[in-house]
Amino acid sequence: MSQGPTRLVVGPFNRVEGDLEVRLDVADGAVREAFVSSPLFRGFERILEGRDPRDALVIAPRICGICSVSQSHAAAVALAALQGIAPTDNGRVATNLILATENVADHLTHFHVFFMPDFARAIYEDRPWFATAARRFKAAQGESVRRALATRTTLLHVLGLLAGRWPHTLALQPGGVAKGADARDQMRLLATLGAVRADLEERLYGAPLEQVAELSAAADLDAWRRAGPDGDFRLFLEIAADLDLVTLGRAHDRFLSYGAYPQADGRLYAPGTFAGGRDGALDPAAIAEDHTFARMEGREGPHAPFEGSTFPDAADETGYTWCKAPRLSGLTFETGAFARQVVAGHPLARDLATAEGANVRSRVVGRLVETARTLVAMEGWVRELEPGAPWCAQGTMPHAGRAFGLTEAARGALGHWMVVEKGRIARYQIIAPTTWNFSPRDAGGQPGPLETALVGAPIRQGETTPVSVQHIVRSFDPCMVCTVH
Amino acid sequence: MSARPGPVPPRRPFTVLWLQSGGCGGCTMSLLCAEAPDLSATLASANIRFLWHPTLSEETGAEALALFDAVLSGEAPLDALCVEGALLRGPNGTGRFHMLAGTNVATIEWVRRLAAVAEHVVAVGTCAAYGGVTAAGVNPADACGLQYDGRRPGGALGTAFRSRSGLPVINVAGCPTHPNWVTETLMLLAAGLIHADDLDIYARPRFYADHLVHHGCPRNEYYEYKASAEKMSDLGCMMEHLGCLGTQAHGDCNTRLWNGEGSCTRGGHACINCTAPEFEEPGHAFLDTPKIGGIPVGLPTDMPKAWFIALSSLAKAATPERLRRNATSDHVLTPPAVRDIRKR
Repeated sequence: MSQGPTRLVVGPFNRVEGDLEVRLDVADGAVREAFVSSPLFRGFERILEGRDPRDALVIAPRICGICSVSQSHAAAVALAALQGIAPTDNGRVATNLILATENVADHLTHFHVFFMPDFARAIYEDRPWFATAARRFKAAQGESVRRALATRTTLLHVLGLLAGRWPHTLALQPGGVAKGADARDQMRLLATLGAVRADLEERLYGAPLEQVAELSAAADLDAWRRAGPDGDFRLFLEIAADLDLVTLGRAHDRFLSYGAYPQADGRLYAPGTFAGGRDGALDPAAIAEDHTFARMEGREGPHAPFEGSTFPDAADETGYTWCKAPRLSGLTFETGAFARQVVAGHPLARDLATAEGANVRSRVVGRLVETARTLVAMEGWVRELEPGAPWCAQGTMPHAGRAFGLTEAARGALGHWMVVEKGRIARYQIIAPTTWNFSPRDAGGQPGPLETALVGAPIRQGETTPVSVQHIVRSFDPCMVCTVH
Repeated sequence: MSARPGPVPPRRPFTVLWLQSGGCGGCTMSLLCAEAPDLSATLASANIRFLWHPTLSEETGAEALALFDAVLSGEAPLDALCVEGALLRGPNGTGRFHMLAGTNVATIEWVRRLAAVAEHVVAVGTCAAYGGVTAAGVNPADACGLQYDGRRPGGALGTAFRSRSGLPVINVAGCPTHPNWVTETLMLLAAGLIHADDLDIYARPRFYADHLVHHGCPRNEYYEYKASAEKMSDLGCMMEHLGCLGTQAHGDCNTRLWNGEGSCTRGGHACINCTAPEFEEPGHAFLDTPKIGGIPVGLPTDMPKAWFIALSSLAKAATPERLRRNATSDHVLTPPAVRDIRKR
């Protein structure tokens, strides 16, 4: 029997990085409308104003404890553009290794610590896979959770060696890195990456990384689910099929990537957009932020980031979040590992994007395929390092100028826009991946990607914190501390 | 003087509730890097149990709030309230810059309520301790620490606050914290081994705060001879030209090490003294060393200025050629000579 919509407010929403509240209007056992709120405002853009531009390399990483290298990298790229320099070859390759380490570590954290434990909830105890899921993925205790944390810890030794520590690594510089590596370091790095490879091939994939990276069509996933090697990847595919996760969490299917990991012959993952079945070039000048439903001054129209502002308006009753609404040519875009692989033209990602779009399954598959691809590339980068050749190009800061730095965090496209006047930061604007994905509505009423993805999510009888909503939210791997910053 | 009692194994689990507010979550991300043994084994060894942690726990939304209620009612005893991130007072004292999701109550208010029923209150990271980077610049969110506002006592709980144990807030400062600064603090608390005199003047546990970052820095030989790095990626000492505060900064970073064999100075960057109140506002760019008459304004801890000047000029005059050359290179140009073993 149909009844009027009821309101659910879900929070605190844990196993996402930072704070999130989701307001749901529910009717007939499904979400009718969703409003996504980022309830924490710190004001990093304002904190950065007035400082020496080089200080961005100390302050910006502290926006986020899980994307700290990515934040640092975006600042370094902007500073390099201001100084008119490019990293040395060693600096570029070491930066790739440092950024890739964080991104792979984050993918491992997401799958094992944030996302999978929801399938170990008692609500699923009647499912055939439940006993296995509970044994491997019970929150904080499951065998795979603990093993993955150990693997992640091993992987982060790459940063102990190349960058001092993680998070809040200070080693990335506009001209490269602050520390060189020698041949012995290369051996140590290969040993570390080899141990990570072995762990993942044993437990996560049950197969060589290359075999995962080479998956090329949706049909390959079905084959892996039916007869693939035993591992957590296959378990996820089984669960996804049983719960029909393909039908959960579809947004607008417009994908954005700034491109990642510059190599001698172009980026490992190319930049661009993919929407309506077509590739598009990335045009940073088409990015603007709308404040209509953010509790921010400046609602008269969208702002290009070089002209953007961050003045919170606590008295505002229209706004329902501290998050602004970034749009590319006026449209929402989804960003993240799946988007990155779609834009980069990975055949499996392309096939999934065309056949079923972004959903809970495809976002997670995108992350797991990318993990394998990136690790293989990392082994090659270690061998490319050249002990004895320079690690850091030197530049001088101009007294005035403006530049942006674009990079890819684990969870998607991250940009910093910096204006320098009189040798100081006059304006700093940041658009983070989850700003795109969890943006509020804009002046035209267009909901953000998550707000759309939640519509239609099934609500079981008596649920106050619906599990389907949790799957959809976590499939984006949100980072809320970056979102508002 | 009576001997202090040794560690007492707790009879029931030592319970921890962890909240995050105006920070980045980086101290938790760092905590997950605990190794040999890992976090779970380390906590189990001391019978420490997380009642709820925002990153690790299954409970979301209503389930988590029910747990907070059980703590407030006393039904679930709370041994340690850990807070990560600064406390946000703004705008205009309302705390609305951080409402605890799902509750319509400011997080700073939740923290005050929960601190009142906690045996111990632990600030995890410099933000929770003193305000940290979240309180930098114009401090848009009016951020402060639990019991400090920068270097001044006060903060969200006030100078007079004592938890049920009688201790002030324990400030595990660091940006981020080393995983074992946190686990060892919790283990020492569970064992009843932290007393007022185990905390330094900023309420940091002395087991790591009684060390200097300079201790064990691999650039010590360059420091001794004032063979200084001039630009990023140089091997020399970073105190003279690149803003390094390792000789003043309290922490065991270069003896404990991070992520295997790392530390900030080992990663080629100056120590920015991230365990100190107000480190976020050094009064100059982080990579600059302010000097008067060629002498750094910030001298090594406990060193009289006259001696520093005398030793520096002597050291500069005595710098071996090897160190002079290597100090401004990104790799070793001249290795240490191998001595004739017959002349030992």
